[in-house]
Amino acid sequence: MKTWNKIKSWPLFLPVVALILVMAVNIIYDAATGSNPFSFFMISLRNTTTSGTILYGRIIDIINRGSEVAILAIGMTLVVSASAGTDISVGSVMSLCASFMCMMLAGYGVSSTTTLAVPLIIGLLCAVVMGLVCGAFNGTLVAHLSIQPMVATLILYSAARAIGLLLCNDLIVYVRNPSFAFIGAFAGPIPTPIIITAICIIVVSLVLKKTALGMYIQSVGINAKASRIAGLNSKLLIFLAYMLCGLFAAIAGIVASSRITSADSNNIGLYLEMDAILSVALGGNSLGGGKFNLAGSIIGAYTIQAITTTLYALGVSSIQAPVFKAVIVILIVVIEAPPFKAFLRRQSAARAAAKGVRA
Amino acid sequence: MKKKLLGTLLSAAMVMSLLAGCGSSAATDAAADAAATVEDAADDAAEEAQAEVVEDVEAAEEAVEEAAADAGASSDGGNISIGFAQVGHESDWRTASTKSCQDVFSEANGYDLSFVDCDNDEAAQKEAVRSFIEQGVDYIIIDPIIATGWDTVLTECEDAGIPVIVIDRTIDDSDKYVAWVGSNFLTEGKAAGEWLKAYAEKQGIGEINALVISGSTGASAQIGRSDGFKEIADREGWTILDEQTGDFTEAGGQEVMESYCKSYEGKFNVVVCQNDNEAFGAMTAMDNAGVAYGPGNDVILISFDACTAGLEDVKAGKISADFECNPLAAPFVEMVIQQLQNGETPDKEVYMEEHWYALPDQIVDFSIDGAAQTMTEVTDDVIAAQY
Repeated sequence: MKTWNKIKSWPLFLPVVALILVMAVNIIYDAATGSNPFSFFMISLRNTTTSGTILYGRIIDIINRGSEVAILAIGMTLVVSASAGTDISVGSVMSLCASFMCMMLAGYGVSSTTTLAVPLIIGLLCAVVMGLVCGAFNGTLVAHLSIQPMVATLILYSAARAIGLLLCNDLIVYVRNPSFAFIGAFAGPIPTPIIITAICIIVVSLVLKKTALGMYIQSVGINAKASRIAGLNSKLLIFLAYMLCGLFAAIAGIVASSRITSADSNNIGLYLEMDAILSVALGGNSLGGGKFNLAGSIIGAYTIQAITTTLYALGVSSIQAPVFKAVIVILIVVIEAPPFKAFLRRQSAARAAAKGVRA
Repeated sequence: MKKKLLGTLLSAAMVMSLLAGCGSSAATDAAADAAATVEDAADDAAEEAQAEVVEDVEAAEEAVEEAAADAGASSDGGNISIGFAQVGHESDWRTASTKSCQDVFSEANGYDLSFVDCDNDEAAQKEAVRSFIEQGVDYIIIDPIIATGWDTVLTECEDAGIPVIVIDRTIDDSDKYVAWVGSNFLTEGKAAGEWLKAYAEKQGIGEINALVISGSTGASAQIGRSDGFKEIADREGWTILDEQTGDFTEAGGQEVMESYCKSYEGKFNVVVCQNDNEAFGAMTAMDNAGVAYGPGNDVILISFDACTAGLEDVKAGKISADFECNPLAAPFVEMVIQQLQNGETPDKEVYMEEHWYALPDQIVDFSIDGAAQTMTEVTDDVIAAQY
C-alpha cells in the first residue's frame, strides 16, 4: 500500500498510465480478433534488401514516427516554462529549415537531384542556423519587446512556410541521395531518427541536471520580476528558451525531410505545433509556465504517436480517426486535470474513513 | 546591443523594400521602353509609308499593319492578361500544372500571366480571384481548392465581364464559368481496375486482395479514383482489405504502408496508391518491411499521375502500371481562350487525353465501358518527354 501511494505520487504516474491505456486497447483488440494478444508489442529482426537487418514492429514504429514530435516537445517545454506561452511557429519553422537545407543541397531552382551540390554537413548547418535565427526572432519579440508569445510566434507561423516556398522556387525539391536519406532511414538495425531523438533528450537532460539552467528557467516562469530582482537575467533566459525551441524545430525538420528525401514545404511539420503543445500538456505540465517535467512531455509525445499508430492498427477509417483521437485526448486531459485528481483523492479518503469507522 | 539589433533589423527591412521597389520599377521601365520602341517603330513605318505614299500605297498599308501587329504582340496593352489561382504545389503533378501554364501563357506567346499560389488556403484563393477582378484581367483560370462556396465570387467575375475557366478540380455550386478543362478521374480509376483484371487473368492470379492508399479525403481525384476502382472490384468480387488516406504525400504513403505491412502481413497482393508521391512512400515502407513488389514479384503496385519520377520507377520495374492524370491543361485552356477570342462558344466540359503506362510485359489489352484502350510502353524517350 505504501509503495502504491509512492507510485501514485510520482509526477510521471498519470502520463505513463495514459500511454499504457492507449497501448492496452491493442491487446484487447488483438485478443478479440483471435490473434496473438501481444502481437502489437512484438519486436523482431527483419532482413531487407535496402537497409540490411532492421528492427521491425509497431513499437518501433511509434518510437520512430514519434521522433519529430518528441524533439519539438523538448523545445516547447522550455518555452512554455520560461514564458508561460506557446511557440506556435515550430511546424512552419521545421518546413522552412527543411526547405532551406534541401535548397542548399540541391542548388537553387533544381527540383530533383541525386548528387549533393554542397557537402551534407553544410546543408545541415544551414538548417540549424535557420532554426536558430527563427528562434532568435521569436525570442526578441517575446523577451525584449514583451509581445505575447502566441502573437509573436504567429508571424513566423504564417510566414515561415511561405519563405520556404520562395527558397524552393515553389517546387518540391527532391534530394535522392543515400547519405542524406541516412538521417531518416536506419543506422544499423535502429532507425536513425530514434538515435537522434535519444541524443537530443540525453544532452538536454544532462544540461538541465548538471547546470542550474533548468532551475533558472523555472524560476523565471514562476515569477520573472522576482527572478530579476534575485539577479537572474530573465529576458536572456526567455530569449534562450526560444532559441533552443528554434534549434529543435530545425532538427525535427531535418529528420522529417530526410525521411522523404525531399523538401515538401506545404506538408512538412503541418499541424505539428499543435501536437507539440499537446504533448507538453499530456505530460502533466501546466501551460501557465513555471515548473516543468521534460520526461512527461516526451512521454506525451509518444502517447500521441501511439494513438495514431493504434488507430492505423485498428483499421479505423481515416475520416473517423480524428474523432477517436479527440475523444482519447479529452479523456487523458480530464484524468490529469487537478480538480479530477482532487475528487479521486477525496473519494479514497472517504473510503479510508469509512474503513476506519467500521474498524 | 538592443538598439544595434533593432537598427540592423530596420535597415535590413529597408534594404529589402528598396530592392523590391527597384525590382518592380525596373520591370515597369522595361515595359515602358518596350512600348516606346514599338510606338517608334509604328511611327517610322507610318512616316515611311507617307513618304512613299504616291509610289506604293499598298506596301505602305502593309507596313503600318505590320507595325501595328508588332505593337499588339509586344506592348502591355495588346497582350491578353490572365489571372491564374493555383491550388498550391503539394506534388510534382501540381508543379507540372503550374509550369505548363507559365510556359503556354508566357509573354513571348502574347500573354500576361498573374500567377498566385494559394497554398491550399481556400479563403486566399477567393481573395486572389477578387484581386484579379480589381486588376481587370481578360481571363481568370481557377483550380478550385474546394468544390463549394464559389457562387458569389463567380457572380462578381460575371458582373465584371471576365470569363472564368475552371481547370482540374470541379466547382459544384455554380455554373457561372465558361468551361471546365480536366481529367476524368472516374475513368482513371476504372482503367486501373480493368487493367488489373486483364493482367491478373494473363498471369493466372485468381484472388485479388487489394490495399488502397487514397488521396486527400473528399478531393475529386480521390473520389473518382476510389469509385472507379471499387466499381470494378465489386463487379469482379475482389477484396479491398483497407483504404486509408495518405493525403497525396510521400510521408503519408510511407506511414500508412508501414502500418498495412504489419496489419495485413502476407495477406495482400495489390497496392493501389492514388498518386506517385504516395507510391514513393509506400515503396520505402515495403522495402523496410522486406516486401517484394513490382513486376515479377508477389505484390502488384498501381499508381496514378505518371509524373517523370513515377515513370522512372515504372521503367525500373518497381511500379507495375501508372495511370496518367494529365497536368498539362494549359494548351487546352489556350484553345478555349482562342475560341472565346474568336467569338465562338467553347464546350462546357473539356476532357484531356490521358495515357496508361507500363513495361511491355505488363501491357495487356483492356476496355473501359466498351471502349478499347491502348497502353503506352515506358521508354527513356517517353520519360524525357513527360512533364
